[in-house]
Amino acid sequence: MADAAEIIRIDGLNKWFDQFHVLQDINLTVASGEKIVICGPSGSGKSTLIRCINQLETHQMGRIEINGQEINAEMKNIETLRARVGMVFQNFNLYPHLTVLENLTLAQIWVHHVPRKEADERAHHYLARVHIPDQAAKYPGQLSGGQQQRVAIARALCTRPEIMLFDEPTSALDPEMIKEVLDVMIELAGEGMTMVCVTHEMGFARKVANRIVFMDGGRIVEESDPEAFFQNPQTERGRTFLSQVLAH
Amino acid sequence: MTETSRHLPLRTPGSVLGPAAWIRRNLFPDWRQGLLTLLVLWLLIRTIPPLIDWLFIDAAWTGDRDDCVAAGGACWAFVGARWGQFIYGFYPPEHRWRVDLSMLALLASIAVLFLPRVPNKGWIITGSFIALPVVTVVLLHGGMLGLEVVPTDRWGGFMLTLVVAVAGMLGALPIGILMALGRRSRMPAIRIFCVTFIELFRAVPLITILFMASVMLPLFMPQGFTMDKLLRALIGVALFNGALMAEVIRGGLQAIPRGQFEAATASGMGYWKMMTFIILPQALRTVIPGLVNTYVAIIKDTTLVLIIGLFDLLGIVQAGISSSNWLAPSVTTTGYVFAGFGFWVLCFGLSRYSMHLERKLNTGQKK
Repeated sequence: MADAAEIIRIDGLNKWFDQFHVLQDINLTVASGEKIVICGPSGSGKSTLIRCINQLETHQMGRIEINGQEINAEMKNIETLRARVGMVFQNFNLYPHLTVLENLTLAQIWVHHVPRKEADERAHHYLARVHIPDQAAKYPGQLSGGQQQRVAIARALCTRPEIMLFDEPTSALDPEMIKEVLDVMIELAGEGMTMVCVTHEMGFARKVANRIVFMDGGRIVEESDPEAFFQNPQTERGRTFLSQVLAH
Repeated sequence: MTETSRHLPLRTPGSVLGPAAWIRRNLFPDWRQGLLTLLVLWLLIRTIPPLIDWLFIDAAWTGDRDDCVAAGGACWAFVGARWGQFIYGFYPPEHRWRVDLSMLALLASIAVLFLPRVPNKGWIITGSFIALPVVTVVLLHGGMLGLEVVPTDRWGGFMLTLVVAVAGMLGALPIGILMALGRRSRMPAIRIFCVTFIELFRAVPLITILFMASVMLPLFMPQGFTMDKLLRALIGVALFNGALMAEVIRGGLQAIPRGQFEAATASGMGYWKMMTFIILPQALRTVIPGLVNTYVAIIKDTTLVLIIGLFDLLGIVQAGISSSNWLAPSVTTTGYVFAGFGFWVLCFGLSRYSMHLERKLNTGQKK
């Protein structure tokens, strides 16, 4: 095992959707507290990669370790592992039939066995942290997209995860709501959370990322610190991508 | 826009109409609509007063068959004379309080559904509907707690209709849920079993299943093992409607976006927790109209138990109208109207409840 600070280790990861080789020989390590931004053109496999980390997608070859523990499709206690990893989705995926408060307490109570009273307290605490302290009694459908995504972040944080995965958290938002979500993510980064984010928000990447992972065609094409990546991409594909996302 | 004008009632201009204007606008907007109005009016005049005459004015409320024939209208005397039998079947009169008590238990369970939003309401409802069959069996069948056994061939009438309907409903829902989940299972053995079950039961008329349950099944039972005829019928009804319900529920499951499964999975929930808290609550509420359809069908299909020799409400009314001291055309009609009204009350009540439920569940949430 490598040094103790290493929280995610991916070795020789390969995945196929039928014939389509979606992830090819991925190697990536993330240290505890690190913030990784994964970017790349659509279809490059970045979402699939982070969905492999909590096994929403299963891989066919290679090894994924979280805290030194290997995870794969056969493993028995996959739920325990997932419970330690928080995930935020592009489409929020809040539970529409439950109130905001219930959205935040459900996994705490039924997965983490937190007493209801404490679960409620935690929920209110995290709602305050994402700057929507007074919406607990509403249903998700009554909130704006930006508020829903912040509820989704609070929901993931409520169970005190060791790692937070963000799968294009701002892509489904109206432009004026992107900032409120990014601000919450920046605050979270400032508190030392380990974060793996798939995003096209290059300003955010520049501000918080320790490393940029650039993917194309199912491979990691470049992996470098943000300044180096933005100033001087090493590959032609990286340059093309940057010119496209930074053009507007 | 000024502050006051924003608080004016929201109404289309000119929508406040006098009665004459209202009639002109809604009943006679042009000659075709006017003609239709007149036609409907004529039909109502032709049907409603005779109906009222028959139902109330010319009806015989007391007496015997001869009074009914003389009166010319509905023969409520017949319903009155047979009331006890219509409600309790052949249940011994001195034990009828047990039926009353179990009907109260049913009403209490229904009342629980209308509780205001209290904590753990879901569990209270589930608990009361698990307790209900137990309480009912103990009360109606007896043999426990010092209650005398009343064999099921003495059960009948409205009470039997309720027993078959409620048992069918309570049995079919869990069967339907499990079969719907099983049909989408990733495990081939479970999937094949569920598909076979659903397709088999769905493709066969209920009458066939009831015949099987009452005639064929005992032939296959081991020596000395007997199962009550009513119980066999109830199992048949529950399995049949469970198969129908499974497909309705499967439709609801398919309507749930993949993201809901993923969010639940990512939060560390296992299959059953995900289904219980996230997927089924959403799936079931989207298929309430379909579920109620099946429920209404269950109530009406209870009449089919007649063919295996059980007398439900319709069966007992039919038996009554063919008894020699009540033979008269008006008695026959009255009997059928009464039985029809009994079923209508049940089904209409159910349908109103489902509308109430849909409204309640939709408050505050939109997708």
